[in-house]
Amino acid sequence: MEKQLFTVSIYTENNIGLLNRISAIFQRRHINIESLNTSASEIEGVSRFTIVVSVPEEQIKKIIGQIDKQIEVIKAYYHRDEDTIYQESCLFKIKSDLLFEERQIQNIIKESNARIVTVNKEFFVIEKSGKREEIELLYRELSVFGIMQFTRSGRISVTKDEMKISKMLEAFNQ
Amino acid sequence: MDANTMKETQAIQVNKKSTKTTHRITGSEAIIRCLIAEGVDILYGYPGGAIMPVYDELYKYQDKIHHVLTRHEQCAAHAAQGYARISGRVGVAMATSGPGATNLITGIADAQIDSTPMVCITGQVFSHLLGSDAFQETDIIGISTPVTKWNHQITKASEIPSVIAKAFYIAKSGRPGPVLIDITKDAQVEEFDFEYEKCTAVRSYNPVPTTNPETVAKAADLINSAKNPMIVWGQGVILAEAENELKAVIEKSGVPAAWTILGASAIPTSHPLNIGMVGMHGNYAPNKLTNECDVLIAIGMRFDDRVTGKLDTYAKQAKIIHFEIDPAEVDKNVKSDIAVLGDAKESLRQLLPLLEEKSYPQWLQKFKDLYAIEFEKVIKNDLYPTKEGLTMGEVLKEINIQTKAEAAIVSDVGQHQMIACRYAEFNTTKSNITSGGLGTMGFALPAAIGAKMAAPDREVVAIIGDGGYQMTIQELGTIFQQRVPVKIVVLNNEFLGMVRQWQQLFFDKRYASTEMTNPDFVAIAKGYFIEAKKVTKRDELKEAVAEMIACDGPYFLEVCVEKEDNVFPMIPAGASVSDVRLS
Repeated sequence: MEKQLFTVSIYTENNIGLLNRISAIFQRRHINIESLNTSASEIEGVSRFTIVVSVPEEQIKKIIGQIDKQIEVIKAYYHRDEDTIYQESCLFKIKSDLLFEERQIQNIIKESNARIVTVNKEFFVIEKSGKREEIELLYRELSVFGIMQFTRSGRISVTKDEMKISKMLEAFNQ
Repeated sequence: MDANTMKETQAIQVNKKSTKTTHRITGSEAIIRCLIAEGVDILYGYPGGAIMPVYDELYKYQDKIHHVLTRHEQCAAHAAQGYARISGRVGVAMATSGPGATNLITGIADAQIDSTPMVCITGQVFSHLLGSDAFQETDIIGISTPVTKWNHQITKASEIPSVIAKAFYIAKSGRPGPVLIDITKDAQVEEFDFEYEKCTAVRSYNPVPTTNPETVAKAADLINSAKNPMIVWGQGVILAEAENELKAVIEKSGVPAAWTILGASAIPTSHPLNIGMVGMHGNYAPNKLTNECDVLIAIGMRFDDRVTGKLDTYAKQAKIIHFEIDPAEVDKNVKSDIAVLGDAKESLRQLLPLLEEKSYPQWLQKFKDLYAIEFEKVIKNDLYPTKEGLTMGEVLKEINIQTKAEAAIVSDVGQHQMIACRYAEFNTTKSNITSGGLGTMGFALPAAIGAKMAAPDREVVAIIGDGGYQMTIQELGTIFQQRVPVKIVVLNNEFLGMVRQWQQLFFDKRYASTEMTNPDFVAIAKGYFIEAKKVTKRDELKEAVAEMIACDGPYFLEVCVEKEDNVFPMIPAGASVSDVRLS
């Protein structure tokens, strides 16, 4: 079966060891995690993992089953890109001189909907949120001038469909 | 006095009151009282620096809870497994930090893959030393994560009651498994107000999916319309205590039923519809006919690769019904046409009234015909040998006869294990205790200790090879000290027999590191003051087994068997179940 990009969303209790437990499930099957993000969710005390992997659909189903059965996992899902709204974020650190010497940079920043976070004598920092391709395009455009530092975050995403986690937790309380 | 001050004063008074009613104790004492509250009567372990406060409390509570000092922490875990497997209760093992904790890991991994309920408690260095490479510090939470159902580190005494309660609930409920609780030394010595409440639910954990009656009805329709159906049941039936339900289903539907290695003993061996074991060294008929049945009904089994052989050619002609408690097992290895999620007992209870009373005489005859072939080519030579050397099979046959198929058989890993599982006869459930999924050599001797202590009225016979025996032979010390009347049979072929068999069949007889130069096993047993005997000839066997069974205390019997016998039938690794070999 052909590999596809899937976004895995996992709602969990806020637990120290859980990241290990979840990443081990991917590691056992020798699956490279493309990106991983953990954060608070819309529910107090409940964390949300967003993991991007490229695997055949048959395999992601099995992995979701193995994640879902971990005690402190409330619910795990996998989605295709079209089922979610997703973004990544990145930061570029660039020499300040270039901002004035290379007028083109200002146009690139404007056209890419990037934002200047800070400017000082030595460097300035650009922030850009968007799809991977947009960030990669910006990277290519800026790399011509020289990038002092670059970093990109993991994907974060919300689903178009309702997640019903609150309902599941309410059902438990009754 | 203003209103606020009054409130504060009242609060202090209430607090004073509550300290009187609740009991202020140390974390260590709390651990013991939690175990007692969970009904633990025996635990297995080994003391050391980071768990000493708990052992000090065990000393005080020794009239209520019996701690068994094993000779190695791995064996504490295996003993707890044996205890759990024969009784269905949660086995408990305890160890200190660092090497004590890491030594438990093999037993924990074994319990995880064989779904055995177990709680392991490990001591840990003081919480302020965590992460500093302190003496005997190891990240046991990190190490045990992939092989535990759940694990947790406690750094405050006040967490002890709720975490231990949760540990027992998780270990036993749903698909059982091992839980490890790591407790820092400061949490053990800290005092707090003790109160214990059993855990009955965890919000992120659904142990038993609800059986869907509609799916059960679909399964019943498919079974009723089948022409050549076959059941394969696994340990799930035993864990759900669904033996009677399974028997009723088999008898009403008339469907021939085979078992996986861990499913053995759920239905008596002598049952007319019990068609034997499936898998790599299972019986000829159920393996062969897996690829001829039209409906395969899997109950509480997980289609392990040792059961299925090559998946691409496994029961492709059949519709598959999978009764399963763990959703992650459904379609993991074999795609099912109908998956009935839920507890086996409940699902089979719902299935029974929907089944038509049927029998399949012609289909059953096929199993009998293939059995006749297996008998002629394999079983006859194993059980009624005419050659000079003793066979492992005839030893099992003698044990069957003399224990009237009432013994619990605890086997280790290798050729003798396959022979034990093939030929041991069972009348009682929970009687085949062996390391199935992990294949842990050294399992049997300590597991037999746990089994015998959990079921002192039962005859417990450990069947072990000369290789596995020497992996945990030191537990003879535990047997001697605790006077555990376990019967130990070592089938000695002076080889790591199963590996040697593969070397013979697949590596042109290059016997790399499989030959064993063994010590005087009888002298070793006698060194531990255990009665012991060695048998080398067929005419000595019957009397020796009789002497062993008659012995009130522990007994060691070494049987020197043919050195290069092979176990057949055999599905070579990666081959199809229908390519099962008889020689």
